Amino acid sequence: MSITAEGFHHHEPAAHHGQMSVGTFIRTYVFSLDHKIIGLQFLFSTLLWFLVGGLLALGVRWQLAWPWANDMPIVSKFFFASTGGQISPEFYTMMFTMHATVMIFFVIIPILAGAFGNYLIPLMIGADDMAFPTLNMLSYWFMWPAFLCIGGSFFVHGGAAAAGWTSYPTLSAIPDAAPGSHMGQTLWLLGVTFVGISSMMGSVNYMTTIIQMRAPGMTMFRLPLTIWAMFITAVLQAFALPVLTAAGFMQLMDRLLGTGFFLPDGATANNSPFATGGGQPLLWQHLFWFYSHPAVYIMILPAMGMVSDIIACFARKPIFGYKPMVYSIAGIAGLGFVVWGHHMFLSGMNPYLGMTFMVATIMIALPSAIKVFNWLGTLWGGRIQFSTAMLFAVSFVSMFIIGGLSGIFMAATPVDIFIHDTYFIVAHFHYVLFAGTAMGVFGAIYFWFPKMFGRTMNEPWGKVHFLLTFLFLNGTFYPMHILGIVGFPRRLADPYQYETFHHLLAMNQFITICAIGMVLSQAIFVINFFYSIFFGPPVGRNPWHANSLEWSAPSPPGHGNFDFQPIVYRGPYEYGSPEVETDYYPQIQPPPEGVDPNAPPAHGH
Amino acid sequence: MGKFWSLLFFLVPALGVALFVVSADANLLDHWFPTDVSEHGHVIDGLFMMILWLTGAVFIATEVCLAAFLWRYDARSNRDAIKFTHGSHTLEVVWTIVPAATLLFIAIYQMNAWADAKIRQPKNPGVEIEVRARQFEWRFRYPGPDGKLYTPDDIHFDSELHVPVDEEVLVHLKSEDVLHSFFLPNLRVKQDAVPGMVIPVWFKPTKEGAWDLVCAELCGWGHYKMRGRIVVQSREDFNAWLAGVREKQLATQSEQTAAK
Repeated sequence: MSITAEGFHHHEPAAHHGQMSVGTFIRTYVFSLDHKIIGLQFLFSTLLWFLVGGLLALGVRWQLAWPWANDMPIVSKFFFASTGGQISPEFYTMMFTMHATVMIFFVIIPILAGAFGNYLIPLMIGADDMAFPTLNMLSYWFMWPAFLCIGGSFFVHGGAAAAGWTSYPTLSAIPDAAPGSHMGQTLWLLGVTFVGISSMMGSVNYMTTIIQMRAPGMTMFRLPLTIWAMFITAVLQAFALPVLTAAGFMQLMDRLLGTGFFLPDGATANNSPFATGGGQPLLWQHLFWFYSHPAVYIMILPAMGMVSDIIACFARKPIFGYKPMVYSIAGIAGLGFVVWGHHMFLSGMNPYLGMTFMVATIMIALPSAIKVFNWLGTLWGGRIQFSTAMLFAVSFVSMFIIGGLSGIFMAATPVDIFIHDTYFIVAHFHYVLFAGTAMGVFGAIYFWFPKMFGRTMNEPWGKVHFLLTFLFLNGTFYPMHILGIVGFPRRLADPYQYETFHHLLAMNQFITICAIGMVLSQAIFVINFFYSIFFGPPVGRNPWHANSLEWSAPSPPGHGNFDFQPIVYRGPYEYGSPEVETDYYPQIQPPPEGVDPNAPPAHGH
Repeated sequence: MGKFWSLLFFLVPALGVALFVVSADANLLDHWFPTDVSEHGHVIDGLFMMILWLTGAVFIATEVCLAAFLWRYDARSNRDAIKFTHGSHTLEVVWTIVPAATLLFIAIYQMNAWADAKIRQPKNPGVEIEVRARQFEWRFRYPGPDGKLYTPDDIHFDSELHVPVDEEVLVHLKSEDVLHSFFLPNLRVKQDAVPGMVIPVWFKPTKEGAWDLVCAELCGWGHYKMRGRIVVQSREDFNAWLAGVREKQLATQSEQTAAK
């Protein structure tokens, strides 16, 4: 038996065999143990929530462009009949709270770790599935209580949570402090806890799978950067999440039992009954950011990994500086644990601490810079193919430069005094999370779609989608830097009553128009995505001529993934190697006669 | 199409720089820092500009490189064989050490301004004021004729923070209910107000006039309307204003006593 890229068997997934009982259907597609189905379940759920989060953002943008307007098409009549068609300030507060909550906990984190982590880890390391398939299934199904808690909280008395996604006490801990601080806030805390349970199950599984289940020959330094990023992300989650869970329970106890962990003596709000004291609001901020700052890296490292794989593939060149790339992922993760205080420079925390956190925070720009230089080095001297996936991946690099550099402003404590909680920070994190991660995720969808569904997405329409998204996202987020320089504060329902910000209305209207364009452009993606699942041109195993293991499996891979035992001979980035005629060199392809399989990879210099 | 995409990416630094230039120019868009009326404000603006120049240079260099590589190495036009390399140890060392040194310099360079703003509290302030934030208003407490805060003759006022010009103002910042943030855009001052804590804030206004006092930390549904003003006056005007407020306060108190 020979082991080749084409394999020798062709397992069809069980589902393709005509008749199927209800029980089989449920086990195959609903409570599936197969990492690929679970990955797709995560993908579809998160894309649906992406739409919800995007619409919430449009609501926020609408109010900032046309404050107190009562003539929003359709929306005014249905949602705001009681307020004469206007968005009420409490509804506005709820919208930006839930926009962030949905985007962070239901979109970015689960789409990276849940969808792509699940789908790619076993395939890229040459395993037949995750180490713990049942745990994996549970990690998806534990998202559902979270979906129900947070989705349902929109319909409870007082509406969904409205204390910001950071849920700072005492606003969040005193039920009378805000309209959304009743049941909505309690459901928010429960929802976030369930997301945490789900992430923790995923994290344990990913770490175990990557350490234990790699195919023969797949050493740690032959792993694709996607897998390194997923691995380090899983480690981050394992260490940081328990802190958020504990903090969440403490706040829940404060609300339900009056424990007062975060409530100082004499804290009342909105004429609420006198609350218990003895607590400290800053304690929450420390605990929250001890998780949520590493979470920022949880929200970008996997995208960095996937982008690295896409760029190397379409530059037809080995990734530049593989080991520095790995070390900088690890560096970002390590430093990521000692920078949480930069969210709290102005919180009342000891100002000496501000200095230490400033140094750590500014230094975290270093591994990020190293990654950018290595991506540029990968493009240099390649033969670049401008596929849709590549355009999204390159735009990740281009946009991440902006998001990375703007971070230095906030890290510098004196400068942060002025721009803290202004639109400068809003610009910064949208450049990292939307222009960065979301663009990386789009690239990853276009790139791995053929593996997931055995068909490709339409390339010309993909490029139209890319072009419009790219233009509109910059139109939306870039001018926010300027707003921030004027001092325009975030989270205000009507900033224009301040003399200082009165003249910024026109720029905000421009931003809102771009934001609407950006959301509408996604219709192209949605149509392309669903059309291509059923009618896209079918492809073979390796449409992009890529090296990593998943491209040697059938498209889509059947249950158990590989129809042969993959054996790995080299790293995943040997594009254009002089050892072979083709410009790619799959990891499973044995070296030609006369080349020592254990020799280090060929070098240009 | 490769050339088209390269040009698109070239637009990023081109338009990116252009928007900043147009916004900063007083004759064009004039969307820039609000007028600085404080002693230390120019330091913060200066540090911002220093970081803007440094990051701007890196931004232009890296984005132009990116666009240029896309243009030059487009597979459609590039007939050269790829440069088969796995990296360069020298380059890695260079682009680790140079940014590391620059970043460390930026960090250390900030420290003095931070210490001035948040650590080196003035010993002999011209005036001490207690600022209390509550949903959704600002309340102020001035020392009465005895010159001391927290004595029975203290003077109370809402919404408008009056301060004398060219004197160090020391604020004791408190919150009665939830988090708020005391933001004076024109004085480059921002500090969260935290229930259960008294946080010192200080600044020195250098120009008479009235400016916005903004709440910059989400404090509930009415956050947007928690609006105040800061009125900077000459010492004489300030004293006269304070005396006027005291008179009214005494009148109200005696009325209340009479009513009882």
